[in-house]
Amino acid sequence: MRFGILVFPGTWSDTDCHYSVSGVLGQEAGYVWHKSADLTGYDAVIVPGGFSYGDYLRAGAIARFSPVMAAVQDFAAGGRPVIGICNGFQILCEAGLLPGALRRNGHLQYRCQWTHLRTERVDTPFSSRCRTAQPLAVPVSHGEGSYYADDATVAQLEEQGRVLFRYCEADGSVTEAANPNGSVANIAGIISEGGNVLGMMPHPERSCEPLLGSDDGNLIFGSIIDAVAGGTLR
Amino acid sequence: MPVSKEILDEIALSPDEYEMIVERLDREPNPVELGMFGALWSEHCGYKHSRPLLRMLPSTSERTLSQAGAENAGAIDIGNGLAVVFKVESHNHPSAVEPLQGAATGVGGIVRDILAMGARPVALLNSLRFGPPSEPANRRLLRGVVDGIGWYGNCIGVPDVAGEIYFDESYSQNPLVNAMCVGIARIEDLASAAADTPGDVLLLVGAGTGRDGIHGASGLASRTFEEEQELRPTVQVGNPFLEKTLIEACLEALATGKVRALQDLGAAGLTSAVVESVARGRRGFVLDIDRVHRRESGMSGYDVMLSESQERMLLVAAEEHVSEIRNVFQKWDVACHAVGTVTEEQTARVTEGSQTLAAAPVEHLADAPQYRLSGQPTPEDEARRRIEWADVPLAEAAGLGNAGDVLLRLLASPNIASRQGVYRQYDHQVQTNTVVGPGEGDAAVLRIKETGQAIAVAIDGNGRQCYLDPYRGGQRVVAEVTRNLSCVGTEPLALTDCLNFGNPERPDIYYQLEQCISGMADACRQLGVPVVSGNVSLYNESQGTAIFPTPIVGGLGLLDDASKHCRAGFPGSGLAVVLLGAERLTAEVSDLAGSEYLYAVHGMVRGQPEIDMELEGRVQALCRRLIGDGLTLSAHDCSDGGFAVALAECCILGDDRIGGGGSVGFTAADAFAESVPERWDAALFGEAPSRILVAVEATQLPDVLGAADAAGVPAAAIGETGGDSLRIGGRVDLPVAELADAWRGGLSGVWA
Repeated sequence: MRFGILVFPGTWSDTDCHYSVSGVLGQEAGYVWHKSADLTGYDAVIVPGGFSYGDYLRAGAIARFSPVMAAVQDFAAGGRPVIGICNGFQILCEAGLLPGALRRNGHLQYRCQWTHLRTERVDTPFSSRCRTAQPLAVPVSHGEGSYYADDATVAQLEEQGRVLFRYCEADGSVTEAANPNGSVANIAGIISEGGNVLGMMPHPERSCEPLLGSDDGNLIFGSIIDAVAGGTLR
Repeated sequence: MPVSKEILDEIALSPDEYEMIVERLDREPNPVELGMFGALWSEHCGYKHSRPLLRMLPSTSERTLSQAGAENAGAIDIGNGLAVVFKVESHNHPSAVEPLQGAATGVGGIVRDILAMGARPVALLNSLRFGPPSEPANRRLLRGVVDGIGWYGNCIGVPDVAGEIYFDESYSQNPLVNAMCVGIARIEDLASAAADTPGDVLLLVGAGTGRDGIHGASGLASRTFEEEQELRPTVQVGNPFLEKTLIEACLEALATGKVRALQDLGAAGLTSAVVESVARGRRGFVLDIDRVHRRESGMSGYDVMLSESQERMLLVAAEEHVSEIRNVFQKWDVACHAVGTVTEEQTARVTEGSQTLAAAPVEHLADAPQYRLSGQPTPEDEARRRIEWADVPLAEAAGLGNAGDVLLRLLASPNIASRQGVYRQYDHQVQTNTVVGPGEGDAAVLRIKETGQAIAVAIDGNGRQCYLDPYRGGQRVVAEVTRNLSCVGTEPLALTDCLNFGNPERPDIYYQLEQCISGMADACRQLGVPVVSGNVSLYNESQGTAIFPTPIVGGLGLLDDASKHCRAGFPGSGLAVVLLGAERLTAEVSDLAGSEYLYAVHGMVRGQPEIDMELEGRVQALCRRLIGDGLTLSAHDCSDGGFAVALAECCILGDDRIGGGGSVGFTAADAFAESVPERWDAALFGEAPSRILVAVEATQLPDVLGAADAAGVPAAAIGETGGDSLRIGGRVDLPVAELADAWRGGLSGVWA
């Protein structure tokens, strides 16, 4: 399959994502410049991390107006997989593809550290290779990653099973201490109503090789590969 | 003389230097020319006092591709057609005035030095010095500097992988902010900064030119700090987003093969960029300031030529390739303007439209005078080295606690405590190459995806020891940084240095500078590593008191197989621990020289530091061999706080890497514990160099001791890992959790 990796000015995990899906997982991948509006030929889209437009104004607030985002809207509406990582998650929220917003970390500091993510569901195109409740070791690196949505939205996300990843301890228990940024309900990643759009603050592309500390990120990218191959997406 | 002393002071030129300019030009310089001379002849650009001394340092090895001073940064051949480019530079004075922007633009500046070599920046490191964190003003500076480094580095996607921070009163008004950047390029893609072809176009790319930073080189970097409180507007302001797009656009432009030369705009802005480029190519230039895009109106030619606005680069290309290059910058929405041309005639000619603003021979501008002074230590400097046991009552006798109490106190000391509170604010993983990150080992290790190799990088300095004995201190800092590279299993290949000193026109400071460089040079020769790039920061003083002489040395190590790296923490229980470099713990009063124990517990900075460089070389080589052969599972050198602190750190770190593991205890062998001498303070906390703690499988202990013997390295099996406590006979018996709390909490007050 072929991953399309978006590149905005200021994006920096484009090459990391490329290496993970191609160098580690052996898939095809191509970069999509933000001024392009064409996603033809791609089976899945990665909106990578970085500081698009310097995150000036507000993280993701400018990037969502780039021409490529209209194409991403159509791509997602077609039921095809889109994964937004870190700045990508922020952009997807700004673009309205996912509900809620990412606020400044509760402690007001940037955080780059390892976290563990409890996998809440395994029946999605992003988690089919995981075990239920499996803690995945995946690092975060952000200053504005505190997930927020109003109570009603959070209740709806919970009810619809759309919280895919929650910050947890190494043993899988969800604690306040495991929450690196003050996200509501320890939310690290959510999926769209259709289940084909994932936004997550942690960086799975940084945990695809044991040499770097963990290869749990492969479970996420691998699940996407399975979903595309198996035609389980609508 | 038609110019006033005030004007010369403003640009930091002496009356004699002014006369020299008049003589060389055979006329009075006009104000623009004078400003250009002032900037280029500043210590920062011209190395007036330091260059003759820097020549002592070895600058080449069989791996050097470019050496100190020849290009923007040193380049080292690491095999497989790849080069590593690296350099460290200071941004002390701007950081003292405005810590966030000062530190941020320090990062931006060093990144552009690496970019100018045609290399992709792959790692950042930094070395920081502040006054004691008990003072609110020092905490404010530290927080501002850390914010600035994080703000800039995180945004540009270059991991900040290692660093060091020390606190001492001598830095209270004079913080040091040294930033190092490392880049990787294919050797054939290395860029030159020599503009050597007449008719080539000078392209200025990146940010608009504003009034920020005028006189940064001549003014800020040559002035004392109290004068600087007035100079806030001269601190540059960074735009990391523009830097990131500038990196990508420049690398893409270089990939066209159409860029003849590339040069960053740093200190002295356009003036130094253009003059240095054409001086390297033995040419001249014509530059029209009307074609320099500005961010504000009403700027004079003087302002434009001396502005230190950030995020600007100079590209040199043949006329026929300009449109292709311009297209690249257009794609990235980065400004690109032709501002001048390279000329056959070796004159630096600046015009404003048709009017000539400056015209001076390039050779004179680029050839700053050099001064060789004579140094002399003060009687106080010499008295400070003398120390006797009687000067240092044993902590217990002085009511300062037993060995366990001292250990806890040192672990919590700001100079030793965990730096996690700092480095977790820096992205240290982006680019997915960080195999050993900050806090995990004695150096950071980055793998190279294309070749399976790894490089290690580390940065070190020890102002206290250089203050006590600049020659020995210089040797020891080179020993320390190379030892750190060896402890992660890599072979040290080359160094970069930033020399932070006081006013070199003072004999005692000149003595420090000369002795320190001499010590570094001898150590480099001994260990076979050249210094391939660097920077000097002089005039670091306030109210007549200089900082500790603080050479900061960055090192590069290489490992052919990335998987054969090593960490510092004990990776499990039941392992034998070996001390390399000593057969037992001894107590020499010289081991206390400049030690953290003497400083933190007895409030003294005294003594005569020593080092045996031959032993140092053997210990490092042995450590690397043991790691390469898979015989050692962890390695950590005895450094600040000595043996006991190093041992405690190995226990605390344990096998934890991603938050799933944990600490490991240690129990000293009876014979070893009993051999600890009466002066346990010097034995446990003395800072004798050339000692490394390694953990090995118990079954391989004979092999390890045999290898040490064969290598002529004294070594001792000192005990075994396991349990929850650190035990050294009757001297120390503390739960590792308690040690960890002290160590982790030592700097927490800084963020409160």
